[in-house]
Amino acid sequence: MTDALVRRPGLARLRISKDRTGRSWLYLLCLGFLGVVVLMAVLAPWISPHDPNAVDLGNALAGPSGTHPLGVDGSGRDTASRLITGARTSLLGPLGVVVFSTVAGVAVGLAAGWRGGWLDSVLSRTTELVFAFPGLLLALLIVSIYGEGLIAPVIALGIAYLPYVSRLTRSLVLAERERPYVEAYQVQGHSGLQICLRHVLPNIAPVVLAQSTINFGYALIDLAGLSFLGLGVPALTPDWGRMVFDGESAIQSGYPLSAILPCAAIVLTVVAFNVVGERWADQVARRDR
Amino acid sequence: MTFLRFALRRLAEMVATLLAASFLIFGAMYLAPGNPASFLLSGRSASPEALKAINDQYHLNDPFWQQYLRWLGQVLHGDFGRSIEYRTPVSTLLGARLPSTLLLVAMALVLVVVVGLVLGWIGSVRGGAVDGAILVGTTFAVGTPSFVAAVLLQGLFSVKLGWFPSSGSGSGFGDMVWHLTLPALALALYLIGMLARVTRSAMLEVMGHEHVTVARSRGVPERAVIRRHVFRNTLGTVLTMGGLIVSTLLICTVLVETAFSVNGIGQLLDLSTTTKDFPVVQAISLIIVGIFMLVNFFVDLLLPLVDPRVSLGTRGASA
Amino acid sequence: MSTDTLQIQGLRLHLPGAARPVLAGIDLTVGERETVALVGESGSGKSLTSRSVLRLLPPGATTEGTVAVQGENVLAMDAKALRRLRTHTAAMIFQDPRAAINPLRRIGDFLTESLRLNADLPEAEATERAVRMLDAVGLGERVLGQYPGQLSGGMLQRVMIASALMGDPALILADEPTTALDVTTQAEVVGLLDDLRERFGTGLLFVTHDLGLAAAISDRVYVMYAGRIAETGPAEALFERPRHPYTAALLRSTPRLDAPQGRLAAIKGQPPSLKLELTGCPFAARCPFATQVCTEELPPHRPVPEESGRLVACHHSEKLADQLAGSATDD
Repeated sequence: MTDALVRRPGLARLRISKDRTGRSWLYLLCLGFLGVVVLMAVLAPWISPHDPNAVDLGNALAGPSGTHPLGVDGSGRDTASRLITGARTSLLGPLGVVVFSTVAGVAVGLAAGWRGGWLDSVLSRTTELVFAFPGLLLALLIVSIYGEGLIAPVIALGIAYLPYVSRLTRSLVLAERERPYVEAYQVQGHSGLQICLRHVLPNIAPVVLAQSTINFGYALIDLAGLSFLGLGVPALTPDWGRMVFDGESAIQSGYPLSAILPCAAIVLTVVAFNVVGERWADQVARRDR
Repeated sequence: MTFLRFALRRLAEMVATLLAASFLIFGAMYLAPGNPASFLLSGRSASPEALKAINDQYHLNDPFWQQYLRWLGQVLHGDFGRSIEYRTPVSTLLGARLPSTLLLVAMALVLVVVVGLVLGWIGSVRGGAVDGAILVGTTFAVGTPSFVAAVLLQGLFSVKLGWFPSSGSGSGFGDMVWHLTLPALALALYLIGMLARVTRSAMLEVMGHEHVTVARSRGVPERAVIRRHVFRNTLGTVLTMGGLIVSTLLICTVLVETAFSVNGIGQLLDLSTTTKDFPVVQAISLIIVGIFMLVNFFVDLLLPLVDPRVSLGTRGASA
Repeated sequence: MSTDTLQIQGLRLHLPGAARPVLAGIDLTVGERETVALVGESGSGKSLTSRSVLRLLPPGATTEGTVAVQGENVLAMDAKALRRLRTHTAAMIFQDPRAAINPLRRIGDFLTESLRLNADLPEAEATERAVRMLDAVGLGERVLGQYPGQLSGGMLQRVMIASALMGDPALILADEPTTALDVTTQAEVVGLLDDLRERFGTGLLFVTHDLGLAAAISDRVYVMYAGRIAETGPAEALFERPRHPYTAALLRSTPRLDAPQGRLAAIKGQPPSLKLELTGCPFAARCPFATQVCTEELPPHRPVPEESGRLVACHHSEKLADQLAGSATDD
């Protein structure tokens, strides 16, 4: 079953082999880090020291100081506040992508796996078509049609990630369908939909959720990339990807801090999601063995 | 089924999927609010003459199918239409920018394959602290988007140390290679991490297989055992990543070329998305998707040769 | 004694995490051109014993004692000598040939690999030799170009045997070579092994859990339990007059066509787990004749009176002689 967990096959393969290090402290550290980031995002308006959009051109690119613990960016905006507030969009976007792709992907995978037949063929062919489009490409296509804003790219990425979830769900459902309890319920007269929702779904949920956690990291990468191009969040919204874009010119001027910090935020958050997601996938795989 | 039949069937499937994708890419124009004409012009002059010119040029008054087929026919002849922004044929634009992107992607691909495989090999064979270091390194590599890598590399090696230029693609082969070194590294970093992990895992798994012990028991030197029985058996796994690697490289050129101001196709995609120059976006999308499918097709053909256990005609799980 | 092809003396093997040694002092010899069987349940350590001859030890294992092949101690050899041993002096036939042969390489490659890579033979000569070995096991030349997936289990085991013979070894170690095969093929393979041993003049250490099979093919038998030799002697004598309760129990639990029909007597209990430290005889917990001394003192290997070449590790062997002998023909 481990080979059914796909998205980026690389990370799925991590778990099949005997990983010679068994570090649960790393897992806990990453979980803690994510907790902090989420908390930061939720409490942003109350804990940012300054207004993230307050411009102060006279103070542009200053280093860390008493009032600005992490320095300011090229327009004099406080980096710390922007980092904290930026967590909101940086996390909300991927959340939307993951929720959309998980819900829709599970629905498609369930339908294809449970019903089989022509429905399965049609759905499979369609999702295979989507596979051919890298997530970022779909997002760019959509943005070129609908323009700036986060909603369209989130939906586009959700569609791009859907096939990975649906493919996984489908193979899980196919396996579950053979289990004796399914036939037992069918004989008792329960409808297919009932069995699916009340019994099959809870059984396959852990695997799907582990995969979705890993997908969160990728969505973060794609959306941040979009913002970096200036095509995601609107210009004034603080967002880590955006901050990297803004910070690029700061680097050229020799004041890299306002660019390095959002870079670090992105990398650390994605790494944390990967570690946590892999760990869960590991536990699920072990449980099933 | 014979290899020829298998190849032909895969070819037919690829063409069918490519056609479906092209249909989507073409039809995307109609997703836009308003009518295609105003969309294509969006932001630019929307005078009645301009609208009529657009309608004529793109035959927007014809039935949808006719439009699609005409477009498809042109594409097959290498005619991707005209850029609305630059008013020149798209193919000309692409042609001018092709060398930079081609060299960039080629350099990145070499980096990914060589460094990725080597790191995976060393990590799995050496174990211990070396493996630990590789694991940590690749964990961060996989968490680093290409634009982050680009900005950081640029900041350190270009601005701070001055070893490499921070923008442009140079002229003349050697100069171009020098200009594209940092961009290629930025492009490759994430995939190096991923390929190293996949290779490492696959090799660790194979190392536990009995045939490796048997080869050792026959007196085969250890290096040869690793090369001929461990690494060789992971080639199939590595090969199946080919499509993903190439397609990721292609799409990430958008980010890296923009960061380094390289005048390649990736940068063009970014510009035309921003200016809503849709014919260009269409063309590049089609090319990226097409290359991805082509690579997958070749991977499918090579796979039975690399791994004789793969029976021809099996398709992976779908949906 | 120094002409023995294989001489294991006092072999002890420790694995990390185990409370007692996995091999607790093994003494075993295989003379020139002899067939010796090593019999035991799974977990008795018989596979590890045979693997130690080629120094195929699990990671982290430590050893004491000597394993001498043609006089040289395998455990103390340097890498080069070890490779030479593995290529030319001793070879193992593994239990599951489908897992033991790389599915991605052709049979010809599998057969000639070792000789080619150690720069001993040019490819043409190696291939020629491979054809001769294939012929010896009853397979044709075309097998060379085939992949393992194209051959049946029985054929693959023959290939395995052929590959063991490629280096012209003095000693062949067969680790349950027939367990993965169906009964008819088993008989063929065993017969083939015996034939080849005669023809090529090699010694054979045959590891199995099947006492009947062992008795049929071998000159001498060692019975192993929980990492120790319980009993050893000439095959026929051991089979007809077992001197150790464990051997007797094994015999009783082996179905035989000529015995009266009845229930199979399984041996009650399980072999001791590696997490347990042992004092006294390891079989005491399952032995119907065990007494206080059995749980306290480890029985030494004592020779059997009136029968040469036999050793038994049991405190009560002499007293039980008649009872145990009776069980050989029991139902």
